Amino acid sequence: MDCIELHDVAIGLGGKVILSQANFSIRAGEFIGLLGANGSGKTTLLRAILGIVPLTSGRISVFGKNPGEGNPAIGYMPQTRSNLNSFRLRGRDFVAGVVDGQRLGLPWLGQAARKQVDRALELVEARELALRPLSEMSGGERQRLLLAQALVGEPKLLLLDEPLISLDPGQQRNIVGLVKRLQTQLKIPVIFSSHELNPLLGSIDRVLYLGNTLAEIGEVKDVITGPVLSKLYGAPIEVYEINGRIFVMSDSVELEVDAHRHEHHHHA
Amino acid sequence: MPTAMSTIIMLDYEFMRTAFAAAAVVALLAGPVGYFLVLRGQTFAGHALAHVGFTGATGAVLLGIAPLYGLFLLTVLAGLAMGAFGEKLANRDVAIGLVLALALGIGLLFLHFFTGFATQATALLFGNILAVSNQTLMTLVVMSVLCFVVLAVISRPLLFASLQPELAEAKGVHERLLSTVFLVIVAVTTAGASQIVGVLLVFALMVGPAAAAQRLTLGVVPGLVAAAGLALAEAWGGLVLAYVTDWPTSFWITALSVVVYVASLGLPKVVHK
Repeated sequence: MDCIELHDVAIGLGGKVILSQANFSIRAGEFIGLLGANGSGKTTLLRAILGIVPLTSGRISVFGKNPGEGNPAIGYMPQTRSNLNSFRLRGRDFVAGVVDGQRLGLPWLGQAARKQVDRALELVEARELALRPLSEMSGGERQRLLLAQALVGEPKLLLLDEPLISLDPGQQRNIVGLVKRLQTQLKIPVIFSSHELNPLLGSIDRVLYLGNTLAEIGEVKDVITGPVLSKLYGAPIEVYEINGRIFVMSDSVELEVDAHRHEHHHHA
Repeated sequence: MPTAMSTIIMLDYEFMRTAFAAAAVVALLAGPVGYFLVLRGQTFAGHALAHVGFTGATGAVLLGIAPLYGLFLLTVLAGLAMGAFGEKLANRDVAIGLVLALALGIGLLFLHFFTGFATQATALLFGNILAVSNQTLMTLVVMSVLCFVVLAVISRPLLFASLQPELAEAKGVHERLLSTVFLVIVAVTTAGASQIVGVLLVFALMVGPAAAAQRLTLGVVPGLVAAAGLALAEAWGGLVLAYVTDWPTSFWITALSVVVYVASLGLPKVVHK
């Protein structure tokens, strides 16, 4: 069963073409790694699936319907913002702040809402973070709380925007492992955007690679190849595999590492 | 410090009773509004709105209307404009700074045409809480209650959009509308607060207590309560100290605001269950 389908989707943003003629579908329970260079449209694609970025043409269907604004079936984790470490709220309040957040009224939580918060915190193994202030947490701990926020409301699909950004390799492994466990346990599809492929290897079912307004989807061995990536980057690309890690090189510069180094906080 | 006796004598004066009431009405609103301003990283908006309000107040004086109405009108218009421009105003420090300078400049020009120049200017810029009339107090009560109700109604989505703007947008929160409504509340609160501490010192009453409250609490509700409580304590404390020392109330409120904030940086956190 397909849960997300894109038919001839084109997206433009501020006069720039981000995607042209994208056609692919994502199946139930799949773990998709969303890759691509800076500005290739990873965030824009996720926001289009959420229904908050208009399409130039084509159609996206999520569980057989138009996405529509405020779709409760989708859990979304936006890119982390640098101001999060200035919040002195404890973890539990940070997660509770999103429960029913679209409804008017006072931020009191009823019993059902409190259960939602407990469930989300337990799912991401963050119960011990509930009473600690956000400002004193590590990047990985904050990412777990952002993931908990995405899980509030029992979504049927998770869209995660760069959960690995500015984490060290150990924290990256923890987050990927956690998302993999959640995806298996909840049996929901996950789209996980990242600059780097290697932390996702072994966990993802397929890779969705964006570049040059194109989108290629498939298994890692079929997409992460010289010819496919050369098309996506519009430049000659070579792919090397060394000890189970994959290196994507352009003119003997490693692309992903370079992209990561320049990236701190950005929307594209 | 005042003895119990001198406090009782202090409250024998009607203008002191009015001043305490006005300070309470404004502080209890300014605290929670400030809490959201700090959370949203918009504290500068309060400062900017007050500057623009000065033009409105002096314009009203020139026309023979109560300055408070001129303040309300221009701060609310400026709040709406900020909401409409939204993120386009971010990183426009020079343009914003010039508009604020112009607002004070025009206010000065209006006062130049008005004869009671010096007293009015000082009262508007630095506040004159001891001169608050009963009519002004009633106006402050009405605006405070209105703002409080609206803030309560939008508080849940406002909190959501302040903590996680992108997620809130994805869940169907209309950030632009919400932000504009909030800025209008900030504008009205600013106008009210400038009756207490003057347009130049609004920051002390609106942002100081709220920022300290966020240092001292780890939860949203305790934070809002602490912000209101600290704002009230600082405003009343300022009045008492002014009565005892005969120094200006606004000086004492700003001094208490700074002392409390600095203390909050050093104090160990109060962890609320």
